[in-house]
Amino acid sequence: MASVAAREIRDGDVVFVGIGLPTVAVTLAQRLHAPRVRMVYEAGVYGARPSRLPLSIGDPALVTGALQVIPMTDVFLYYLQGGRVDVGFLGAAQIDRFGNLNTTVIGESYASPKVRLPGSGGAAEIAFLAKRTLVILTQTKSKFPEKVDFVTSVGRRVGARSRRELGARGLGPERVITDLGVFGFDEGTSEMILQKIHPGVTLDEVRASVGWPLRVSSDLTVTELPEPRALALLREELDPHGIHLR
Amino acid sequence: MNAVNAVAAEPGKLMTMAEAIRRFVSDGDTVVAEGFTHLIPFAAGHEIIRQQKKDLVLCRLTPDLIYDQMIAAGVARKVVFSWAGNPGVGSLHGFRRAVEKSLPHPVEIEEYSHFGMVCRLLAGASGLPFMPLRSYEGTDLPGVNPHLKQVTCPYTGERLFAVSALNPDVAILHVQRADREGNAHVWGLVGVQKEAAFASRRVIVVAEEIVEEDVIRADPNRTLIPSLLVSAVVHEPGGAHPSYVQGFYDRDNDFYLSWERLTRTEEGMRLYLDEWVYGVSGRNEYLQKLGRAAWEALKPAPRLSLPVDYGDYA
Repeated sequence: MASVAAREIRDGDVVFVGIGLPTVAVTLAQRLHAPRVRMVYEAGVYGARPSRLPLSIGDPALVTGALQVIPMTDVFLYYLQGGRVDVGFLGAAQIDRFGNLNTTVIGESYASPKVRLPGSGGAAEIAFLAKRTLVILTQTKSKFPEKVDFVTSVGRRVGARSRRELGARGLGPERVITDLGVFGFDEGTSEMILQKIHPGVTLDEVRASVGWPLRVSSDLTVTELPEPRALALLREELDPHGIHLR
Repeated sequence: MNAVNAVAAEPGKLMTMAEAIRRFVSDGDTVVAEGFTHLIPFAAGHEIIRQQKKDLVLCRLTPDLIYDQMIAAGVARKVVFSWAGNPGVGSLHGFRRAVEKSLPHPVEIEEYSHFGMVCRLLAGASGLPFMPLRSYEGTDLPGVNPHLKQVTCPYTGERLFAVSALNPDVAILHVQRADREGNAHVWGLVGVQKEAAFASRRVIVVAEEIVEEDVIRADPNRTLIPSLLVSAVVHEPGGAHPSYVQGFYDRDNDFYLSWERLTRTEEGMRLYLDEWVYGVSGRNEYLQKLGRAAWEALKPAPRLSLPVDYGDYA
């Protein structure tokens, strides 16, 4: 998933990254084809050059050697709301047909949820204000319901309302990257479409793990394997313990 | 050490953690003990638990382990937050038990996103009743938080969401160094520390080091919190453990990882509180219990910045 996500990063992009797989993916892109990528961390760091893999979003290694450290007020007001962020990474416990994300509660009732998830953090604003977003999650039927239990972060459309009508910036989710394949969205209907399927995965498997009649692209392709250099970088440097390799 | 003992004898703002919490945190208060991953005032949180404060409204972007402990210990009536997880690890089980099952106590929640919390403190610090922001439209958050309201821009007619000002009774903020009046130098992640200080009626500054005023004056760009806001100054080295203080000690990531397993049961949480909060008199004893070797292992190698020249205009 890291190498697939890395391919979606363009040289020069300003990327709003989280800890874990997004950091690995952007660093990989930086080493392979996007040397001028710029990273912004929610905690208030621009141009981090961490000397170790950070465990938390506020790791001290993100600060030492960074280009800029700023209050969170500046991150949200100037970087995100000010329109400086090209790409945001998002994860979720649930995603629906139109790319709306839930990281708040599982269950019918907000007041007495089956599972209380952490909540938005910065996700609601990343989804609303970044020019485009990449969503990364593992795929199961319960994580891909027709309708999410709670809309924490908006996708391509909410009900009948488009992003433009919501006042949200940009495209919204551009790709959804899972352990089974890669999805894009129909520009007309805003619906998720399977574009790539990972080697060894069957179309039936993908369909069985989506909670609605899935549309499949007419030029469905098999995901290209990571190039040897990417694999070497991941295995030897960026993810030596194999935490994000799948 | 000598310098600190010398100033401790003087009256003024410098006081022990126990005295600061006794004098400046009251039952029912709205409290913001901030610090985004960095500089989380755990020693103050533990003292609030030991003094068995009641009905507090606890505000933080990330409740983190500090509010997980305070919720489990029963000092909180309500939590106002934007991301309630164990950063880099998983769940906050104390928070989840209280919200999902009212165990061992029910706790009310008032939920925002990070930007919403940032704007609430910014409005509070700026003397404004609310702050508009581009967010929330289309999400389910306004449906569960009636404090998220829409406003119309008087210039463009645009509809925007707004959040109300947050003006806590007390802010508790950990810093690298402060003078005895509370002028505080902070470096590394500064989160919403400045906004929290200016938004709050009282501020307790907790410092790794107490320094002479000259040290502050030598580098005024680094002063995040000015003395005029500060009610109490507490000298509490190690007071942010298991979070970290840039340049002083690292985040105790092993502790954050172990919290997941430790607190999966109410019993586990209770054992932790008994041993590490109720079982010690204060931060000194806590650090002794942690042990010298464990503490030394968290200290980073130095990496100094270059000095800047402010110029002498005499």
